[in-house]
Amino acid sequence: MVLTSIDWIIMALYFAFVLGIGAVLKRHVKTSNDFFLAGRSIPAWVCGLAFISANLGAQEVIGMAASGAKYGIATSHFYWIGAIPAMVFVGVFMMPFYYGSKARSVPEYLRLRFDEKTRGLNAITFAAMTVFSSGISMYAMAKLIQTLHILDLPFHRLGIDPGWIFHVGILVSALVVLGYILLGGLTSAIYNEVVQFFLIVAGFLPLVWLGLRNVGGWAGLKASLAPEYMHSWIGMGNPHNNRLGVEWFGLAMGLGFVLSFGYWCTDFLVVQRAMAADSMASARRTPLIAAVPKMLFPFLVILPGLIAIALPTAPVHASGAGSALVIPAGRGIIPVKLNPSSGRPVLDRNGNPQLDYDLAIPNMLLHYFPTGMLGLGLTALLASFMSGMAGNVTAFNTVWTYDIYQSYIKPNAGDEHYLMMGRMATVFGIALSVAAAYMATRFNNIMDMLQLVFAFVNAPLFATFLLGMFWKRATGHGAFSGLLAGTSAAALHHALTIPAGAIPGVKGGWLAIVHTYPSEMAQNFWTAIFSWCTCFVVTILVSLLTTAPDESKLKGLVYALTPKPEEVDRHWYQRPAYMAAIVLAVTLVLNFIFR
Amino acid sequence: MGLDIRLPIGVLFSVFGLILAIFGALSDPSLYVRQSLGINVNLIWGLVLLGFGFTMLLLVWVRARSSRAAARKTSDFSK
Repeated sequence: MVLTSIDWIIMALYFAFVLGIGAVLKRHVKTSNDFFLAGRSIPAWVCGLAFISANLGAQEVIGMAASGAKYGIATSHFYWIGAIPAMVFVGVFMMPFYYGSKARSVPEYLRLRFDEKTRGLNAITFAAMTVFSSGISMYAMAKLIQTLHILDLPFHRLGIDPGWIFHVGILVSALVVLGYILLGGLTSAIYNEVVQFFLIVAGFLPLVWLGLRNVGGWAGLKASLAPEYMHSWIGMGNPHNNRLGVEWFGLAMGLGFVLSFGYWCTDFLVVQRAMAADSMASARRTPLIAAVPKMLFPFLVILPGLIAIALPTAPVHASGAGSALVIPAGRGIIPVKLNPSSGRPVLDRNGNPQLDYDLAIPNMLLHYFPTGMLGLGLTALLASFMSGMAGNVTAFNTVWTYDIYQSYIKPNAGDEHYLMMGRMATVFGIALSVAAAYMATRFNNIMDMLQLVFAFVNAPLFATFLLGMFWKRATGHGAFSGLLAGTSAAALHHALTIPAGAIPGVKGGWLAIVHTYPSEMAQNFWTAIFSWCTCFVVTILVSLLTTAPDESKLKGLVYALTPKPEEVDRHWYQRPAYMAAIVLAVTLVLNFIFR
Repeated sequence: MGLDIRLPIGVLFSVFGLILAIFGALSDPSLYVRQSLGINVNLIWGLVLLGFGFTMLLLVWVRARSSRAAARKTSDFSK
């Protein structure tokens, strides 16, 4: 890749800006509440854009375009089924308890509603997960900088060994994120997420525009791709008739209910953005405002993947001098995946070369953007990596300080002490992320295993929150044993089933093979469904066997014991119920159009 | 909240827009034939970003003016 000075100017300006925002906000951070909860003073639209942006990390941007190229329009299920309904639910039904209980974090809500052990379990697994995810983000970013040869030329000029590019990528991203969070805390993270939201739109919209123009608009795209690429619902009756390899029930229940509600309604990373809102009304509007861009994002992130695969296939490049290796052509502008150590193409189980779908977005940027716009596009990509990291780091430092440090290590210190601890947690949270990033470079299997364990831990969560918020009889013992049972059920289901064609091991089937799923995705969705149901049933049974909780302590925490929030908004369209109805109706129409 | 977020966004996008538009206007057209279907995407998109940045700054200015007016009004009442 050849970058000219204009690209570097744009990138440098952005980095200076990010740190500048932190520096300006520094003087507003006086208490731990300012640092961890942005002083609960952010207007709804800012929280809304940060809510969606915290989730719009680079794995999402790159991954969704990759899925678009691999699965086609059906990838939109991850938005229209797998996000919007849950975002509406958390805004309309759950936010009154999160915001109204004055809990400072999601684990803290669990302590108020249930008990200490349930909070401890959630806080510790969540903290581990955030460190892990931000490490993965960092690793992916450094890897991409390496793959795209962004820094090769400047390194060559300065006479530095290109082997350092990876380390510099990790170090610089860690320092920038550290800098702006240390300075401005959550406010700084939220502001930068909003800037990043606009940057992503500014960087990718022209990509879609040029790409669509190139392939001859929507009609041209349709003509150059097989019909199963262009439908999201047709073929969902049978897992073998669609590219995802799932049937509609597993999709709707597994993705649309268990996984999506489990993420959007319980993950503190996103909920924290709404908790920072300036009022209950704003907190409830936050996910609903976020849902509007979210439902349009498929056009921004999935479409480039589809265009990348629809373009005429580039001729095969002659491989490097002295090697007799023939690298087969990819498809569209997506190249064949190469084994990083041997340089040979990676083959699937039928002996066909696999495509490196993750390069859909980077290759689209290189294909369409001249120098100048290229700088902007790369800045957008880097911004999304950093905001993914920052989201995790701000969630980590809050949960660590309030739910672990203040609860178990040093309970009665002054506010200044916790503010200091929050800053320290930011430093060691990022240090741990760097460690996780290096772990990813050396022990790929360990990372896959960890990811699996986290999936097992997350799957049952929503059952616990649903019962906690809407069934006043649910007890702490019930919730705790439900969570453990749900996680075990997920592990057991994974141990007994396997996706078609996989080898028993990290993909499943490590105890015995009782059932074979048509695809890995189907297996994931069903693991989640089994786990959720187990948690739901066990929580109810154990709750009924243990003493009922004291109702006077559940005010503001459970639906039946909380006064309905008053609809005080000036305009009808600001009311959560109306906003929810509009968002759901438009989503329904989108599903119908792209059926 | 001490800082209106629209101010930094307005400044950043105006600067980006200005840089891209000027670069687009001065750069050699062959750059665009090779990469972006002959469309001078730097100039066009630079102007779009400039417009967006300006709109944000305008909103900040309008809000600052109306809150100043409101402050004047309340001080009139208190007299």
